[in-house]
Amino acid sequence: MLSLKQNSWFIRKIVIWRAVASVAWSVILLPVTAALFLFFSRFSFCHPIQCLSECTSLLTASSTIFCLVVLCGVVLMTGFFNLEFYTLVPSIPCSRIALLGTVLHPRQCVHSLVYCTMGMLVMWCSSVTIGGRYSTLGTPCRIESGELVTCLNEYHLFLLLSGAFMGYSYSFLGVVQNIYYVSFQPIQQYKYLCFKGSLPMVVKCSVIQSLYSARNFAALYFFFGYAPKAWISSTLNLQIDSSLPPLDSLTGLLDFSLFYHLLISGTFLYITWYITVLLFRIYVTEAYSFPVQSTFTEDAELCLPKALTEKNTLVMKFLALQDLALLSQHSPTRRLEIFSLSQPGGHPHNWNALSKECLSLLSELTHRLVAHQDAVASNGRVKSQSASSYTKSGSSVSSVMSGAEDLPETPRHNIPLRTPGSVFLKSSVGGVHSALTAPFTPDLDSPFSSPAIRRLAGQMEPQSPWFGAVQSPHIMRRGPKLWSASTESQTNGSPPASPVSVPSPPPDNQKPSFLAQWMQKRRDQLPEASSQALFADSQAHIWALQGISHLVATSFSEDQFGVVQTTLPNILSSLVILLEAVDRHFKLPHASSKPVRTTFSFGDSTYKTLRFALRAALKTSIYRITITFGEHLNAVKISAEHRKKLQQFLEFKE
Amino acid sequence: MCSLSLFPSPTAAGHTLYEHNNELVLGDPIKQEYDLPSPQFIRDSLKGHSRPDSSSKSAFLDHRDTLWMRSAGAWRDSGLYGLLDEITDSAEEVPRWLAVGSGCLQALLHWVSSFHGSLFPHLTLSGDEMVAEFSQMLDWSDSALRSFAWHPHTDKFAVALLDDSIKIYKSRSSTAPTLKHRCQRSVCALQWKPLCGSALAVACQTCLLIWHVDPTSLSTRPSSGCAQVLSHPGHAPITSIAWSPTGTLLVSASPVDTAMMVWDVAAENCVPLQRVGGGGITYLSWSPDGSRLLAATPSPLFRVWETRMWTCERWPCLTGRCQSGCWSPDGSCLLFSIQGERLIYALTFSDLTGGPKTATVVADLSETTFTGPDGDIIVGGEVRSLSWDPRGERLAVLLKEME
Repeated sequence: MLSLKQNSWFIRKIVIWRAVASVAWSVILLPVTAALFLFFSRFSFCHPIQCLSECTSLLTASSTIFCLVVLCGVVLMTGFFNLEFYTLVPSIPCSRIALLGTVLHPRQCVHSLVYCTMGMLVMWCSSVTIGGRYSTLGTPCRIESGELVTCLNEYHLFLLLSGAFMGYSYSFLGVVQNIYYVSFQPIQQYKYLCFKGSLPMVVKCSVIQSLYSARNFAALYFFFGYAPKAWISSTLNLQIDSSLPPLDSLTGLLDFSLFYHLLISGTFLYITWYITVLLFRIYVTEAYSFPVQSTFTEDAELCLPKALTEKNTLVMKFLALQDLALLSQHSPTRRLEIFSLSQPGGHPHNWNALSKECLSLLSELTHRLVAHQDAVASNGRVKSQSASSYTKSGSSVSSVMSGAEDLPETPRHNIPLRTPGSVFLKSSVGGVHSALTAPFTPDLDSPFSSPAIRRLAGQMEPQSPWFGAVQSPHIMRRGPKLWSASTESQTNGSPPASPVSVPSPPPDNQKPSFLAQWMQKRRDQLPEASSQALFADSQAHIWALQGISHLVATSFSEDQFGVVQTTLPNILSSLVILLEAVDRHFKLPHASSKPVRTTFSFGDSTYKTLRFALRAALKTSIYRITITFGEHLNAVKISAEHRKKLQQFLEFKE
Repeated sequence: MCSLSLFPSPTAAGHTLYEHNNELVLGDPIKQEYDLPSPQFIRDSLKGHSRPDSSSKSAFLDHRDTLWMRSAGAWRDSGLYGLLDEITDSAEEVPRWLAVGSGCLQALLHWVSSFHGSLFPHLTLSGDEMVAEFSQMLDWSDSALRSFAWHPHTDKFAVALLDDSIKIYKSRSSTAPTLKHRCQRSVCALQWKPLCGSALAVACQTCLLIWHVDPTSLSTRPSSGCAQVLSHPGHAPITSIAWSPTGTLLVSASPVDTAMMVWDVAAENCVPLQRVGGGGITYLSWSPDGSRLLAATPSPLFRVWETRMWTCERWPCLTGRCQSGCWSPDGSCLLFSIQGERLIYALTFSDLTGGPKTATVVADLSETTFTGPDGDIIVGGEVRSLSWDPRGERLAVLLKEME
């Protein structure tokens, strides 16, 4: 990604410099947070004055300076990872399996490893800063025979391991909460004010995250702490001090000062990372003003119409769309440039390019929605039937399979399946790759779309070695029956279990199929996710809608040459078509259910509600045009069906 | 400067229905002259909810719960204060040091909050008193009608009543949907979303409700599933809301929160805009062109935000807090009134000259006596609410009742 040759001018000239500026500010802020950390870690109620003077002298000590240099390295690394991993379109795993896939992705593994190392480095710095019993890995101690040897300092090791743990949990939660997803704020603010406003949230998130991590790490260390301790002491030939209580015991962990220092160090660690991410988000999402047109042809690619059509540099497209939405609302002079005609020839090139791009974005969304509806319409019924046959074959499939499961239970017993055999193939082998999920899962490089994963998911691929090796002949014979013959399985005595109850456990030799069903269940368990994934990049559509509707509305008074009039029927009909597609999408099960709000997480969950924002923006856009034009819309040539829809808007019945 | 003596004499008999060509038209409200419903609300038929939280609690809660259960309940119901109260009250069950410690902590918190309250006296008011104090309505706590809002584009209005319900009336329609919600208490302000047919924002005691009332539906009791609940910790009671004229953003304000919230309603996320000073925000008014926003505080200070980069100008007043304000249609002129004064001030903003330095007095509303056939009528007083019509020709002023 950072190979500069392939990148557009925008990445080279703007995004990289914004990232550099954000990292520079995080480095500048580092001494402040470090000083605060030093103060909090050494503060004592009994001697406040003495502790203050101690802190100030420590701030200039060589060890602190060295720690700061190390921390700067950590911040630089974090900044690099931010630039490398940030995304404007969140990757929404449509199932638990896909989520597992992203967590186990090699790229993510490298990320986790680096963050573990960085966590250990920061914790090493903080243990040196706290000093006292934490400062070194080896401490002199006296063993039973009375001689002085170097012992393992378990407190130091505890902090180092907690750093690695926090690094991993940061990396892991980064995937789960989409921490690298950069969302745009609904309002524009200056960067300083924006930072100041978000700072309390960062501190709160860090403290809470640190609390959770400390709790989890203490539990983990209690159970598994013996292993790293023994390993380190044997490799480094350090003795274990038997006079102190071991930390992987209850008495060792019930140490208030240890817990406090763990908490403080964890908060410091998270604050360092979160501030870097926050600054990066603020800098990258800062509005950029593209020129609408340029007098020189070689500058054409710097201009708004060209930037809008950009396919590869998503950040440039997004910022261009944001700029379009802003200029359409706030900047009369730039609007005038859009409505202007080219000097020789008199063509409205600017307007044509802008409106064409916006409309193609909207029609692309319409196509995507229609394709999804078709996929659901053709799959929904079949899927529900395969679910019911799972149930009847005596396995535990709960009723969360699909929305069609709401069908009453009794009639289903008598419905013979029309597509025996093909049901499973269609609904679940095609599952990972089917039109339902895969094209809408942005993270297509997930390893789980590889054949290996299909094997793991327990699907029977005739070519795969798994097929013959594990499946017993008995299962093979029953195989078709399992997936197709719901009527038959009833008649031969297997009890018709209700979907919610957990039936009798399957026999041992059925294990692979049970695994398959379990996988199937896991894979279908996030019904809302497909809807979220459909609208993952809808911020672009929202801006396109805002931009084009504001431009059309202002053209009523500002467009001197009537350039907008020629495209007005096109714009209106594509808005109405999109509205119909969106309305139909919201009739699907789970599409209109509100997501659970996650408080106290640093990850941005804006993408979960983008579909509602898009629907609201679409309706507002149509209203904006109908209210501005009013009765004049009757003179616009559009089909009768669309006119009927627009009439409802004119009468405020939407 | 304008004064009340320039106005035609009002008449005491009959109801003034509307103004037409500078004439006040009288009439019988029962008789339909326009095709709009004219509902009547009787004060006594509407029962306000009297549910003080503390009194009913002791009647129902089983006092033989364990200390842990009671503490958890107190923590859940009223946070840290409740927990400390509970611990101090059950001193014989807890260790002595805990009871003494919580007592001390409670005293300390009281002292701090009383200090805070002495800086900002409005913080000592209870929720309902605060809403009554800062509402734009006359006699909020005792009137049958608590808030009113016209739809900006069509013949439709919403009224909030004393019994915490909201009714919506339309022209040429006999169905009047009644909106009720568990969270809909002490409604202080209503506003319809611009560029939308259905969304109504309601400022309540604890949260912000966005009702989506389908205009084509015949249902008279829309379910509470039609309402979106927006809330933010520490941001209640909400006394003022303002939609941006483009219909994309909603701003809400609370007298106890120094931050005002800018909501992206559909996405349900908010950006707090915090400025030090003032102790809260009581009233918001967005200029019709969307470029500026007035935010009044409970102190003698108000702010004017520009809505492009969201920076603000501070406007300290000399005598009292800003009670109400309104904008000219082009957003260049702000009229406002100050509590304790019978004047209307004006501020003129301009992008070219860099803005005004001081406000000028444009109208004097001191008491004026009109002599009519039915005896003398005295008009005048402090301003409670101001409203400028969208065409910019007329200004409606609601005066506080005289003692």
